[in-house]
Amino acid sequence: MTILRSVLDTGSESFAANAAAMAALVTDLETTIATTEQGGGKAARDKHLARNKLLPRERVHALIDPGSPFLELSQLAAHGLYGGEVPCAGIISGIGRVSGRECVIIANDATVKGGTYFPLTVKKHVRAQEIARANRLPCIYLVDSGGAFLPQQDEIFPDRDHFGRIFFNQANMSAEGIPQIAVVMGSCTAGGAYVPAMSDESIIVRQQGTIFLGGPPLVRAATGEVVTAEELGGADVHARQSGVVDHYAQDDRHALAICRRIVAGLGPRIAPQLALRAPRAPLYDERELLGVVPADIRAPYDVREVIARLVDGSEFDEFKRLYGTTLVCGFAHIHGYPVGILANNGILFSESALKGAHFIELCCQRGVPLLFLQNISGFMVGQKYEAGGIARDGAKLVTAVATAGVPKFTVVIGGSYGAGNYGMCGRAYDPRFLFMWPNARISVMGGEQAASVLAQIRRDNMEAQGKQWPAEEEEAFKAPIRAKYETEGHPYHASARLWDDGIINPADTRRILGLSLAIACNAPIEQTRFGVFRM
Amino acid sequence: MFQSLLIANRGEIACRIIRTARRMGLRSIAVFSDADEAAQHVQMADEAIHIGAAPARESYLNIPAIIAAAKRARADAIHPGYGFLSENPAFAEACAEAGIIFVGPSADAMRAMGSKGSAKALMEMAGVPLLPGYHGTEQDAEFLADEAKRIGFPLIIKGVAGGGGRGMRVVRAAGDFADALRAARQEGASAFGDDRVLIERYLERPRHIEVQVFGDSHGNAVHLFERDCSAQRRHQKVIEEAPAPGISVEIRDAMGAAAVAAAKAVQYQGAGTVEFIAQDGGFYFLEMNTRLQVEHPVTEAITGFDLVEWQLRVAAGEVLPARQEDIRAQGHAMELRVYAEDPARDFAPSIGALQVFRLSDQGLRIDSGFVAGDRISIHYDAMVAKIIAHAPSRAEAIARLRAGLAQSDIIGVAHNLDMLDRILAHPDFAAGGIDTGFIARHAEALLTPKLQPSPQVLTLAALGVLALEEAAARANATQSADPHSPWHATDHWWVNTRPSRVFDFHLEDEVHAISLTPAGDGWRIATGSTDIMARHAKLEDGRLHALLDGMRLSASIHRDGETISLRHAGQSWRFRLPDPITRAGEEEGGDDRLLAPLPGQLTQLMASEGQEVARGDVLVVLEAMKTVFRLAAPRAGRIETISCRVGETVREGQILIQFAASEAD
Repeated sequence: MTILRSVLDTGSESFAANAAAMAALVTDLETTIATTEQGGGKAARDKHLARNKLLPRERVHALIDPGSPFLELSQLAAHGLYGGEVPCAGIISGIGRVSGRECVIIANDATVKGGTYFPLTVKKHVRAQEIARANRLPCIYLVDSGGAFLPQQDEIFPDRDHFGRIFFNQANMSAEGIPQIAVVMGSCTAGGAYVPAMSDESIIVRQQGTIFLGGPPLVRAATGEVVTAEELGGADVHARQSGVVDHYAQDDRHALAICRRIVAGLGPRIAPQLALRAPRAPLYDERELLGVVPADIRAPYDVREVIARLVDGSEFDEFKRLYGTTLVCGFAHIHGYPVGILANNGILFSESALKGAHFIELCCQRGVPLLFLQNISGFMVGQKYEAGGIARDGAKLVTAVATAGVPKFTVVIGGSYGAGNYGMCGRAYDPRFLFMWPNARISVMGGEQAASVLAQIRRDNMEAQGKQWPAEEEEAFKAPIRAKYETEGHPYHASARLWDDGIINPADTRRILGLSLAIACNAPIEQTRFGVFRM
Repeated sequence: MFQSLLIANRGEIACRIIRTARRMGLRSIAVFSDADEAAQHVQMADEAIHIGAAPARESYLNIPAIIAAAKRARADAIHPGYGFLSENPAFAEACAEAGIIFVGPSADAMRAMGSKGSAKALMEMAGVPLLPGYHGTEQDAEFLADEAKRIGFPLIIKGVAGGGGRGMRVVRAAGDFADALRAARQEGASAFGDDRVLIERYLERPRHIEVQVFGDSHGNAVHLFERDCSAQRRHQKVIEEAPAPGISVEIRDAMGAAAVAAAKAVQYQGAGTVEFIAQDGGFYFLEMNTRLQVEHPVTEAITGFDLVEWQLRVAAGEVLPARQEDIRAQGHAMELRVYAEDPARDFAPSIGALQVFRLSDQGLRIDSGFVAGDRISIHYDAMVAKIIAHAPSRAEAIARLRAGLAQSDIIGVAHNLDMLDRILAHPDFAAGGIDTGFIARHAEALLTPKLQPSPQVLTLAALGVLALEEAAARANATQSADPHSPWHATDHWWVNTRPSRVFDFHLEDEVHAISLTPAGDGWRIATGSTDIMARHAKLEDGRLHALLDGMRLSASIHRDGETISLRHAGQSWRFRLPDPITRAGEEEGGDDRLLAPLPGQLTQLMASEGQEVARGDVLVVLEAMKTVFRLAAPRAGRIETISCRVGETVREGQILIQFAASEAD
């Protein structure tokens, strides 16, 4: 294998400046997440704790194997939305190890609006289920939710990927042999009642968990019957009479321990279908990734400096090194798992697109997972390139990416613009996971380009009408467009809307990819059947 | 010298004798009971023969079985060790009849010393000092008052038939004698129907000092100096040392001479010990033990002789290996007896498997018959090992023992390591010359101190649990299909955040909470109002080492399910980390109430509100479908409310009895 030799001067001023800029972004990220972790605020937390309930993150902690990692997803879901009152979209999702088995864990945060489902809560829940299904991970639902947030029912209830999808997924995952386990630790009202009911096995906490289709107020309104929540759908009702739950727990910790016992008894997972190696650390410190990326997103740099800090032993067997050089392709290992890496090193040309498609074919042929390191401003434009068929070659790359059957992983390490996003396995291309670095930007094109394009169209119009457009007016026209793109292209904006699975510290990238690759090993590697490549 | 030796004993002494036998080129033969099939002495010996069931009287006290074993193994000699048959004249005779050398004194010498009365008479004739007293038949009060004056005060009046402290009176002045005598007689008469008394000088603070003697078949007898065995709990020695601290040369010589005189008085052959009680420069014969003592290693340490070798040579008819003038004492030796017993619970013996059995031998001699994994059974003595230090001075010997104790641990049975350390640390003990009442007098401080775990102890416990979790995760990883998966990590990593880990360590009725937050390459630890930075925690061979606020500390740590055993700085701790499933019992739920399992008529009610019941107690009888259902308490606890009555027809699922909230809540 070829060893990548870094030429980066980690003692240089530019490195220090880049590292400082990235560190500031990471600090802001961690600070923001620390705030969201407070859930619904101190009063709500105190009230929750006073009921002898564990906070949702404590529940996750007590559920997973002691000390093991937790790959929390979409920590910034709903960030800046709903008046900032629904941190984390009121639900914690992630992958953790329970009794030695990687599981998707979905935990309602009852301190946030009673754990009710906002549109993004639903999206986050369904996304976690998608991950479970794609990777065949058992699902554990720690339920503590008042059901749909009624004022926004039109964005929660009726559509394909709305609330009903949760139960559709449960049923179909169960049908596929993916275990579904519910732990009822609080309310499970209305639609929410189906989470335990649709599960393979369920647990309820006494004097705490309740399950009913209609709560006491609704029952009273409908039939006049006066009944307490506990009498209507408490642990005793469901464990002894209705059979809606299978296990009766004394408290949260007991319930979680029962859940761990259930997972310990699940059938075996499949053995990894990859040729594993003993992992080795990269030759260069992963923490140097903070200083590798220029603070100015437009400044070019050699993406091999990133790869050298991600892959085992910094070993990278590059494919077609001398051809289509703006897309770096090659084989490597991360935490012992083989990967084929596609990383942008400039604008995509026909050759780079062809090379990428070829490389994806190789990986699919060999059953090697794909890793996309996105930093792409787009495909090359201009008469020469259009005539040269860049659309045709770009389509080949997009086809290869879209139809590749091997697990795909995407990390947006810089810009993610236009069709480059498609060719580099953006969200629409179903990567198993998509993470962004805090310096990333995502939009149909860059803010400056968008402003220029729109300004040009306007100028053309004005000039056709014989008018002049003073430079200062043009600038005034462009500024808000730039600002809009800057806001909407910001990773927080993206993450808030679940366009990704989370924003990560560059220094954690290697570990997160290792965890993700290990997760993917829970599902068999599918055979690829590519679509028609336009020749 | 004979060629083969059967050791009619077990445990540490059997192992210790086998070591010397092996060094001398003798074939060693162990014997064992059902309980000792895998014991260390069986494994160590060249041959081992099964002699019977686990109870000692069927094995280690079974003379015919042992003689048969010796014949079967064609053993030339038998060493009885200590305890068991070591002072049994019948056994010595049985050996002689079978033509086997008994390593020990003659049956006659044993008999002479076996009875206290005859022993004292013999000693008196040999000029060995006895405790002044009157043991005669004359019971006239005035006569006894005169005797009392002769003996001197304080003295003690004891019922001849007495026991257990009844009928005993300590008299400190002549004026009190008449009243005390009357009271003692009355008590004796009513308790035992016998008002006869005897009088003896009363020693308020007696020390137990004994002299090692040796005799051979050529008429030689020597002493190998004294041992101080005053550290006793309920007449059981726990610490012995040589020389006895604070004893003048004159007294030492006088004791030695008296002991040799005693040995010569019975033509003693082999190893023997003459025990004295001593106070204020006086010493008085107590008894003579006609065997090798448990505490012989301290004598070996200061004299440099192997006393078992001496025993074997004498038994073989050789002359004593040294003359009196060749025997010299060097330095100070001290022995700790390690018992599987609980000093805090009145020294209750503890049985079980030795999950951890680690006694540091750095600069120390360890005589033990056990290794980790062995079981301590109910059948035999609770002593599991002896730790012996030999150093230039007493203070250094104590320091070395304490250092060794700090590095030692026993888990699986209760032990007295902590108590031993507390005795060694006690200023009175350090000063030397404690009396036999010392441990009882300081029982609270030495046996049952009320201690609160320090933040350091809790931190070490928490770090230990983490380290054990890590080791378990590593073991699981190697067995998994994906052994290098980053999911096997145990560094508490979480995307973009570092959640704290909280442990609630239960210690008896108290809960000690500690929270650990990752900080750099270590942990920031908060417990109570204390903050500690912990780094470089490392578990090696059952010991945890960690840097706490820049100070390197270590502790022995072991986890067995819910129980976390930790030993740090001479103090053992047993914390519990409750397992929610174990705690909830086999029944997953509803254990706070008793429900009717089906509709029926309630025919009997055997409980009342406020009553404490045990799990399984039948509380209610229901009749339904011609069948009687006896409903038992789902758990132990107090009944809070009864919401049913006899004769009532109950429906299925009806709450019949409600228990008070369990302690766990």
